[in-house]
Amino acid sequence: MLKREGQIRIPSGCAISGVMDKKGRPFSGATIINSISVMRERSNGLGGGFAAYGIYPEFKDTTAFHVFFDDKIAQGELENQLKKYFKVIYKEAIPIRRVPSIKNVPIIMRYFVTPKIEKIYQTNLSEEDYIIKFVFNVNTHIEGAFIVSSGKNMGVFKAVGYPEDVGEFYKLETYYGHIWSAHGRFPTNTPGWWGGAHPFNLLNWSVIHNGELSSYGSNREYLKQHGYQCNLQTDTEVVVYLFDLLYRKCNLPLDIVCKVLAPPLWDEINRMPKNKQQLYKSLRAIFGQALLNGPFSIIISTNEGLIALNDRIKLRPLVAAEKGDMLFIASEESAIRAVCYQPDKVWHPRGGEPVIGLVETSIRSNINLKEASS
Amino acid sequence: MNLNYTTPEFIILRDLQKCNNCGLCVKNCSFEAHYYSKHQRVESNSAKCVNCHYCVATCPKKALAIKKHPLEFRHNSYWTESAIKDIYKQASTGGILLTGMGTDREYPIYWDKILLNASQVTNPSIDPLREPMELRTFLGTKPGKLELDKTNNLSELMPPQLELQIPVVFAGMSFGSISYNAFKALAIAAHKAGIYFNTGEGGLHKDFYEFASHAIVQVASGRFGVNQEYLENSAAVEIKIGQGAKPGIGGHLPGKKVGEEVSKTRMIPLGSDAISPAPHHDIYSIEDLRQLIFAIKEATEYKKPVLVKIAAVHNVAAIASGIVRAGADIIVIDGFRAGTGAAPTRIRDNVGIPIELAIASVDERLKEEGIRKHVSIIASGGIRNSSDVVKAIALGADAVAIATAALIAMGCHMCQKCYTGKCNWGITTQDPELTKRLDPDKASQRLLNLLRAWSLEIKEMLGGMGINAIESLKGNRLMLRGVGLNETELKILGISHAGQ
Repeated sequence: MLKREGQIRIPSGCAISGVMDKKGRPFSGATIINSISVMRERSNGLGGGFAAYGIYPEFKDTTAFHVFFDDKIAQGELENQLKKYFKVIYKEAIPIRRVPSIKNVPIIMRYFVTPKIEKIYQTNLSEEDYIIKFVFNVNTHIEGAFIVSSGKNMGVFKAVGYPEDVGEFYKLETYYGHIWSAHGRFPTNTPGWWGGAHPFNLLNWSVIHNGELSSYGSNREYLKQHGYQCNLQTDTEVVVYLFDLLYRKCNLPLDIVCKVLAPPLWDEINRMPKNKQQLYKSLRAIFGQALLNGPFSIIISTNEGLIALNDRIKLRPLVAAEKGDMLFIASEESAIRAVCYQPDKVWHPRGGEPVIGLVETSIRSNINLKEASS
Repeated sequence: MNLNYTTPEFIILRDLQKCNNCGLCVKNCSFEAHYYSKHQRVESNSAKCVNCHYCVATCPKKALAIKKHPLEFRHNSYWTESAIKDIYKQASTGGILLTGMGTDREYPIYWDKILLNASQVTNPSIDPLREPMELRTFLGTKPGKLELDKTNNLSELMPPQLELQIPVVFAGMSFGSISYNAFKALAIAAHKAGIYFNTGEGGLHKDFYEFASHAIVQVASGRFGVNQEYLENSAAVEIKIGQGAKPGIGGHLPGKKVGEEVSKTRMIPLGSDAISPAPHHDIYSIEDLRQLIFAIKEATEYKKPVLVKIAAVHNVAAIASGIVRAGADIIVIDGFRAGTGAAPTRIRDNVGIPIELAIASVDERLKEEGIRKHVSIIASGGIRNSSDVVKAIALGADAVAIATAALIAMGCHMCQKCYTGKCNWGITTQDPELTKRLDPDKASQRLLNLLRAWSLEIKEMLGGMGINAIESLKGNRLMLRGVGLNETELKILGISHAGQ
């Protein structure tokens, strides 16, 4: 039998696309489906997926678990666990439509939950860490159950198939969100498992990723020391955890987090003013093992915005564009022009230079984000 | 009858058609293997030859060659030639067998059973001739977090770090065990290459204070040359608990090697034996080590990292964990193949464990305990080339230390007679006639060449893996595969077998 992703590591190439409205106005998933469908050549039908933000306004204060189950037994087991640790506000099967190319459909559910206060007190964890612990626990120990996403007012929709088929399968044109990202995958062998498709998610963080991390072994060891279990053996997973660690736990500003993941070269640091030299030297000395090496272009999304980042020497494509309040990011310019007529500005971000697009609403008032830079 | 049971190890072959009887070999050989016969003919006494190649290299007529002596004992797989000869030696002297350099026995060499990865298709390899390739390494304790102010400047500075341009330092070699010139060559090379040399336990001669910013000064059990000035003239301070060539025992620099300069530097009387006790007599436990670490930190105002060097022994992972908790910033782990100026042969050849296994198990243990980030690890003892360096770092070391390789770069021919003080190459001797044979400027250039060559090779290997910064190699055991290793070995090394 072929090994499932998680038991082996599967390198892959990909298409990525991201769209957001900086004013936070929701728009239909049709846009992102159209964008990613242009890049069909970049994927091979073995993985596609979407992350959508702002799609559950009626449940915006609850955690939305999107879950795949192999069978009813796994579902029963997870639901027992859920009841133990969370109050389930609402649950339902995620609506789908039959699409011929999407096969071996698992049971796909979503649960809107809030943690049980008394349980949180018992564990002495923050709400976020409580949820993370639950997710790790389910994904590691409950066979046949996989929590796809665990954020608030957001969800991840993914499958084995071409991304446009996956979009149709999940009826994404009926959802309205202010931030969308999409991924088409080109794995080098057959994963055959839906959990392996992108985006990868933890809490509100979702990552789509084109590339292969040659630093994976190093990053994974670093994360292990900080309590993150990399159980999928995919590069993308470490990106999510690194963001969570550096941004949420280490409290570094977003642009600095990007500079840890793709730091400036020493030649560049040597030319900086003294205080910046000290900063970057310290960042590289302390967080060196968090450096993402090898070719990648990634889009990280949260409820507050999109961040796009290339490896330091730009070994994978990444294009950005703006039109009015809309920010577009994609592997290829065609994917932007397909959904944006005459953009105001189109640019190719340099290696290691993040594109940070943030929503201009009160959502971001509680975090100390630096202003958007491009 | 005064019969000598020992037979020559080597045979000196002199091509009499080429030899012009110039006598340079007679003049040069400190072991007196060449002499003038009654008839003023240059002849050789093979029994005295140590096979150091100095006469061969300097013979103007290229008339000399040295071979293993053809004399053979009757074959016996158990009572081998060396086993028999060792008994002859001890039966005639009644003493401990002495030797120099690292063990030459046939133990497994794990470096040679580990293979590296390279990128193909899914991940482009990076060409170091065209793209930046970064080897800069920081050694020292790292805080878990970094506090920034509102303008994204550092709120507080990082704890003190050693900054290396390539992940290699020179291991401890004392002035006394090696010559003034050899010591100077190491200091110059470290300074120019942006790495560090290590004083060993012999103190730091005042002439070398100019290289203080690249000096790791050692505090060993003999405390030779240790005073406030010594601690101040350094980049870091190393407490030497043990060394890989002779774990668990002390050191002995014979009085004849303690000339005026050595005596001044070590702060001991001229011509007296310098004896380092086996343990530090103020460290009988881990809490004692902690006291010494913090005494040194106090004395240096917390401006310098403190290293603790231990030999790789069976329980090395637990010991290393204790050393981290005792407050060390850097741990040096010295494997059983490490060299030395002098060690009892039985200790050198039988005590300690391979560095490859030690590094892997220490790294794993510290990670499990969540304290790996508090410390940097230097792998030491028998690092032969750049691929050993790459493998050591992928197994979990932050950097490596080299000593034997550095001595070979300066001209050492591995005759293992360092303890005699008669080194013909002018490296491990204090005889002024011999030490002047080593030009410190030329020797330092050879060291720099070696470091440069290794760094170019490391960059090629990293580029092949699709890595352009050394930090992404650290602990990246996925880049390693074993060949011909059993399950236990693979498990300890934390690597898969080739083909997996």
